[in-house]
This record gives sequence, C-alpha cells and structure tokens, in this order.
Amino acid sequence: MKELKIETRNLSFYYGNKLALNSVSFNMYANHVTALIGPSGCGKSTFLRTLNRMNDLIPGTRVDGEILIDGLNIYDKDIDVVNLRKKIGMVFQRSNPFAKSIYDNITYGPKINGIHKKEVLDEIVESSLKKAAIWEEVKDRLDHSALGLSGGQQQRLCIARALSVNPEILLMDEPASALDPISTGKIEELIFELKKTFTIIIVTHNMQQAARVSDYTAFFYMGEMVEYGKTKKIFTTPDKKQTEEYITGRFG
Amino acid sequence: MKTSKKITGGLLIGITGFSVFLIIAILIFMLVMIIIGAKGEFSWKFITQFPQNGMTQGGIFPALFGTALMVIIMSVAAVPFGTITAIYLTEYAHEESIISKSIRFAVRTLAVVPSIIFGLFGLGFFIKFIGTGMDNMFNAGQLKWAQPNILWASLTMALLTLPVVIVSVEEAIKSVPREMRDASLALGATKWQTIRKVVIPGARSGILTGTILAISRGAGEVAPILFTGAAYYLAKLPTSLSDQFMSLGYHIYIMSTQSTNVDQTLPIQFATTLVLLLLTFTLNLSAILIRVRLRKK
Repeated sequence: MKELKIETRNLSFYYGNKLALNSVSFNMYANHVTALIGPSGCGKSTFLRTLNRMNDLIPGTRVDGEILIDGLNIYDKDIDVVNLRKKIGMVFQRSNPFAKSIYDNITYGPKINGIHKKEVLDEIVESSLKKAAIWEEVKDRLDHSALGLSGGQQQRLCIARALSVNPEILLMDEPASALDPISTGKIEELIFELKKTFTIIIVTHNMQQAARVSDYTAFFYMGEMVEYGKTKKIFTTPDKKQTEEYITGRFG
Repeated sequence: MKTSKKITGGLLIGITGFSVFLIIAILIFMLVMIIIGAKGEFSWKFITQFPQNGMTQGGIFPALFGTALMVIIMSVAAVPFGTITAIYLTEYAHEESIISKSIRFAVRTLAVVPSIIFGLFGLGFFIKFIGTGMDNMFNAGQLKWAQPNILWASLTMALLTLPVVIVSVEEAIKSVPREMRDASLALGATKWQTIRKVVIPGARSGILTGTILAISRGAGEVAPILFTGAAYYLAKLPTSLSDQFMSLGYHIYIMSTQSTNVDQTLPIQFATTLVLLLLTFTLNLSAILIRVRLRKK
C-alpha cells in the first residue's frame, strides 16, 4: 500500500575532503513520517539538506550517489534546483520568519512563483495557516510583524510558510528543539495531521519525539546509516548493538 | 605578590580613567573655545544669509547649501556603487578568491589614502581626462566640463567615502542571519530574489548608517574639493552640475587664511566651525542610534 517517495542510493557527501555521509541507501515513503536520529555530527542534518540540495550552497562540498524523488535523480544535470526546492518544504531548527508581516511571510513563496492575485494569495494565507494550526491565533493580526509572535507560534508560522508553495515533501530539521513542551506538543500533533498530505522527514535529537511522531526511523552514526526500519522495531528490538546503546541512552 | 598585582591594577585603572578624562576634556575645551570665539555670531540669520562686505559680515548660507548639495550628489554616486560592491563581496565572491582579496585590499587602501591625493586624482581624472573628453565630444572643444564644478567635486568625494559605505553595508549584510536566506532559498527563491527581497531589506538600516557616516565624512572634508569644485566666494547658488559651489570646510579655511580683516572675520570663522561641528555631530549621532537599533533586532 505504501508508495515510495524518496530513495537514496549509495549517497555520500563530502565537506572538502571530509566524508560526512558514507554510502547511505534507504527508502522513504509517501504519507509517512521518517525520523532521522543520532548523536550530534552524525550526518543526519547533512543528509536532510541533501534532499533539497541546500548543501549546494556551501562551497567545497561534493555529492556522490543518487537521490531519487518520484523516480527522478535530483542530482541529475537537467534538474532545476529552484523548481526542486518548490516541491520540498523545509522547516529549520531555529524559527526564522522574515522580518515582515505574518501575511507577507506566507505570500513570499507564492509571489516568487508568480502568484500576485490578491484573492488567490488571501486564500493561500488562510489555508496555509490553517494547515499549520495557527490560523485562529493570528487571523486578526495578519498585518503584524511575524517577529512579535512567540517562539512556538513563529515555528508554526514557518511551517505554514513552507506549506504555502504546495510542496509534496516536508523536511524538518529539529523543528521543536528550541521550544517549550506545550509548543512541542502542538508541533507534534501538527506533524500527525500533516502526514496525511505530505511526506515528512524529521531530524530530531529527542528520542521520545522520534518514537511518538514517526513511522520509520533511521539511526545515523559517524556519517553512516547504521540501522533503518519501522520505528516500533527500532525502539524495541533493534538489530544493531550501536542502535540499542544510543536509544537506551548509553551514548550520544 | 598580591599587593603588587593590586597596585598594577589600580595604576591601570588610573591611567585609562585619565585618558578618558583627557579626551573628554579636550573635546569640551574645544567646544567652549569655539562657542566663546563665535561671540554670539551664531544665529538663525547667520545660517540663512549670504556673506556680506567681503565676507567680513553676514551669514554662510551659500556654504551650507553647497555642502548639502555636494553630499547629496556624492551619496547618489557612492551609496548604490558601494552597496553593489558590498553585495558582491559578501554574497558572490569567494572569501578566499584573488578577486575578493584584491577588492578588499583596494578598499582598505582607499580608506587610508590622504584626502589631498583624492583631490589631485579628481583634478587629473575627472576634470582633465573626463571633462576634456566631454567638452571635445559635446561642446566642440569649448570649455564647460574641463573645469572645477560641483559634479566633479561630489564624485571625488564619493571616491573618498566609498570605503565607509562598503564596510558598513558589508557589516549589515553579514548581520542578516543565514537562516533567513535558507528559508527564502528553500521556498524556491533564486539567489538574486533572496538578496533583493530578504538580504537588502534586512540590511536597510546598515545601508542608511553607511550613508550617514559617508555624508558626515564628506561634509567636513576640504582637500578633495579644493581643486575640483569649491569656490572662494560666489554671489549666487549653484544651479547646474557645471557650476562651482561654496562649502563649509573650505569657507573656514579661506576665512582663516585669506581674510581681508582678521579681527572682523574671526567670530564668523568660529561660528562656521560650530555649524560644521554640530552638523557632523548630529549626523554621527543618528548613525550611532540607527546602529544601536539594528543591533537590538
């Protein structure tokens, strides 16, 4: 029943001469949440950023292997990176709304894609904010600066902004690491809701969070993907000793 | 051992405190001297009237006007040019590349070139080279552009203030968090769209600060405009880019060296100095305030 969305084949990544990802291969499925876990510096964020080619922006980096999204290699020469990024929304560790109004934050992406009709934009703003479960809190102050929102609200605004361009995939880089437990809970509920429509890949440091929100989990360690499987299995009966040690908190 | 450390520490505090006191004292002393020297010459009339009786009486309006016009033309030239350079350096050039390094070296060198050299350069390049060329092309060799005027003076001043603009804008662009750029790029914006819609708006106050600092520097400088456009005395205000102009700094200089009646011009000279000081002080203060606001964000 599950549909293959993203497939990596022997994906390696270098910062200069330093190998950051070593031949990672696994599949991510549509309408499922895949969590990437592992200690700091294990390559999980680097991996996430290869999926929408954000790493291209760092000079001196190099990619080997393939990433197929819907069967197309996104590192192919003919792929338009800008178009690719429109298909893939991204939410960052630190909430990063633009120093603009709430409304302008959401319309930024659509406007870049050439949508300028007021009615269409209004509709995108409402639906995106609703999808990110923040509409009720901000609908009366759309013209206020986004920087006036609380941390948790800002992060949900960023999720709404990522959804504004109608992506198919949502990448989340520790989206709740800087938030209080209540805001974190809201984001997690949201992820549950969003996976009905999107393919979600989430990097997290928080083991319980990975266990709560994800269907699949990949454990990274020192640039290698050590183990990958159903979240339930990874968290109860992992095959590898390293995975077990990390999950039970013996290192990391 | 401990006591000797205490003594050294106390001594250091004493020396630094004395230095600070000295600096402030010199500044206050200068201000007081200038205010006393101006002998009540400083008034509304003084800044709105033309000089009279061979500049021994009257105001300094044309010098104030000329300075203002000059810094405006200068900003129109220096700010866009400096901003574009700063954008290139921070966003496009590879930090370690030869191009980037040579531009930075050039900017640093420009910043320490004595201002009189800029004046000579302006004379040689703008007036003799470009001006003569323009006259040959558009005026059938008749003299119009190949002589000092407000345009050449402003452009010469723009070269002098360019490093100030570049450095401030660069700093402002760098203060725009990487996360903001990432967010824009992740939404499918191109690099240029990101610069135009996120980076430049985010750096707006820095660009403003740079502009004000450049203006304050340009308003006080004399050497660059000495041969390129400043006039001793003009009976009317400049109306065209090919007109000469009077400027505050140059006015102070000629009044202290070329006066026909030293006793009579002395208060005017002090009052002009006070105007120039207040002008640059206000400009610098507003630049600082903008910068503080920028840091808070």
